[in-house]
Amino acid sequence: MMPLAAMFVETRLVHMSAIDIAIVAFYFILVLAIGFYLKGQANTGEDFFMAGREMTSWVAGLSFLSANLGALELMGWAGSAYQYGILATHWYWIGAIPAMLFLALVMMPFYYISKTHSVPGYLNLRFGEPSRILSAVCFAFMTVLMSGVNMFAMAKVMQIVLGWDLNFSIWISSLTVAIYVALGGLRSAIFNEVLQFFLIWAGALMIPVLGLYEAGGWTNLKAEIAHRFSTQYVHLWSGLGHFSSNPMGINWVGIVFGLGAVISMGYWTTDFLVVQRILAAKDLRSAEMAPIIGAGFKMLVPLIVILPGLLGLAVLPMHLTGEAQAAATGGHSYNDVLPLMLARYCGPGLLGLGITALIAGFMSGMAGNVSAFTTVWTYDIYRPLINKRATDAHYVSMGRWTTVIGVLISVGTAYLVMQFASIMDYVQALFSFFIAPLFGTVILGMLWRRATNWGGFWGLLCGTISSVGMWTWVKLDPTALRYVALSPDAKGLAQDMYQALWSFLVCVIVTVVVSLMTKPKPAAELNGLVMGLTEVPHVENAAFYQKPIFWAGIVTAVFIALNIIFW
Amino acid sequence: MISIWLFIGISLLVNGALILGAGIKQILYPPANPTVVLFSLHANAWWGGFLFLLGLFYCIHFRPKRTQ
Repeated sequence: MMPLAAMFVETRLVHMSAIDIAIVAFYFILVLAIGFYLKGQANTGEDFFMAGREMTSWVAGLSFLSANLGALELMGWAGSAYQYGILATHWYWIGAIPAMLFLALVMMPFYYISKTHSVPGYLNLRFGEPSRILSAVCFAFMTVLMSGVNMFAMAKVMQIVLGWDLNFSIWISSLTVAIYVALGGLRSAIFNEVLQFFLIWAGALMIPVLGLYEAGGWTNLKAEIAHRFSTQYVHLWSGLGHFSSNPMGINWVGIVFGLGAVISMGYWTTDFLVVQRILAAKDLRSAEMAPIIGAGFKMLVPLIVILPGLLGLAVLPMHLTGEAQAAATGGHSYNDVLPLMLARYCGPGLLGLGITALIAGFMSGMAGNVSAFTTVWTYDIYRPLINKRATDAHYVSMGRWTTVIGVLISVGTAYLVMQFASIMDYVQALFSFFIAPLFGTVILGMLWRRATNWGGFWGLLCGTISSVGMWTWVKLDPTALRYVALSPDAKGLAQDMYQALWSFLVCVIVTVVVSLMTKPKPAAELNGLVMGLTEVPHVENAAFYQKPIFWAGIVTAVFIALNIIFW
Repeated sequence: MISIWLFIGISLLVNGALILGAGIKQILYPPANPTVVLFSLHANAWWGGFLFLLGLFYCIHFRPKRTQ
């Protein structure tokens, strides 16, 4: 057996004191205590898989946001801010806010009124069994693989930052997640996501506060970055006229239509991992308010993610590089910027809280993946295909066991990635294949009554295949990127945007053509599923400030103002 | 059922107390060579204090209440 001391290597970015370790240990104790406390509240299928559908708009909204606020996102986008400047903010503003508001005001009534357990469940009601099975199998497979990839990536981060052994990180975190999700189900996952939200803000907010103090304010920070790098690092839109006039190698068409209109819409409105949190809301108004609350806080996240990356450009004495160059030279990579800033400003206690925030982000991300996988497996694969007539208690038991098995598959994937690093790229690409066409299928299903079962199925399948085809084409021949992204100056991120845009269009065109050639569903069967055939209840006597549309208007106004201010 | 906000309060209270304690210790016994920049601001003391007070408010406001 490996001695405990050998599990921790000497080379690390930060050194934790006893007080820091106590803060990390307290987090593990608290999440396990929450899991054991909630065990008694997860006895029925509605309790275990849907958290009893009794979450308030605040809890559902913060959980919805936290499901996407994992540690890898925090560190990755802080690194992107160092690499590309303020352009990385697009993934938090235009790449999220319009989609979240669209989910709240347009799509949520159909999800909620249909009383579906999942997004594949909605596809079953709207387009029939083949579409449900296609999306459920793809989602379940990819979710559990993604969880494993994230597990490995986070263990690697813990090795670099804290010197922790890979096996130690993987097993301690996965066992904790397996215990608290298997005990408390979705409610346990949601509680821990809200806890993570507070920990992330408490642990990371000192970096921008102290960083701006050191840099001499925002104006001085911009001047220093312009002096050391380029003025384009601090402008959101003014450099997006052409692929070659900004550090990211993308243009405004890719950002607005690829990211804003397709990728973010697909992710925030049809990825069951995030939508599941809203479906747990206690009523329709809460379900509509939750994404709006999430959007309000989402606009603030660049403060603790993007700003530390920009501060790194101005105050760090060393120059960060890509992973390969950092490994070759023994220097630091872009992704190290957040831990480096944490170590720069945070003394004993604060450092422990910052590290706890990263661990919490990682674990709640894994719990989110596992709880979504469990629901889709049990309700959309096991029940319709394997055991249709079991009791509710049987499905809850299946959910608990699936949680444990899902975690074990994730651990297996993590070890597979450890042996074959290239698998990581493939699994991350897999997820992007499916999400844009799925958005096309769901949105046509909700807004166009003429869309038929076979139209939905073939649109989803052809859109996914086209996405795989474009990715394979560029993988085999990198020069093909100029055709996919319509420019010889396009870089990697532009491929993601344009690939999503084309696969969405393929899905929509195939769905429309096949639907027009096949027999439509009777209107009676579409009641509660499609706009124009569904009566959406409204709160007639509520004051204006209690209506979701009012708060959506406020969020929209702030969103527009922020984009103009940082133009 | 215990409110989720009580768990948040407990987390903030305990973490705030630990960070405040570490900050006060550093004020009373400052290290010879501080490892963080802007050490003189003693961020862990006042931020820990803020988290402690916020946690205390949550714990009191969302404590389980007896019902008839």
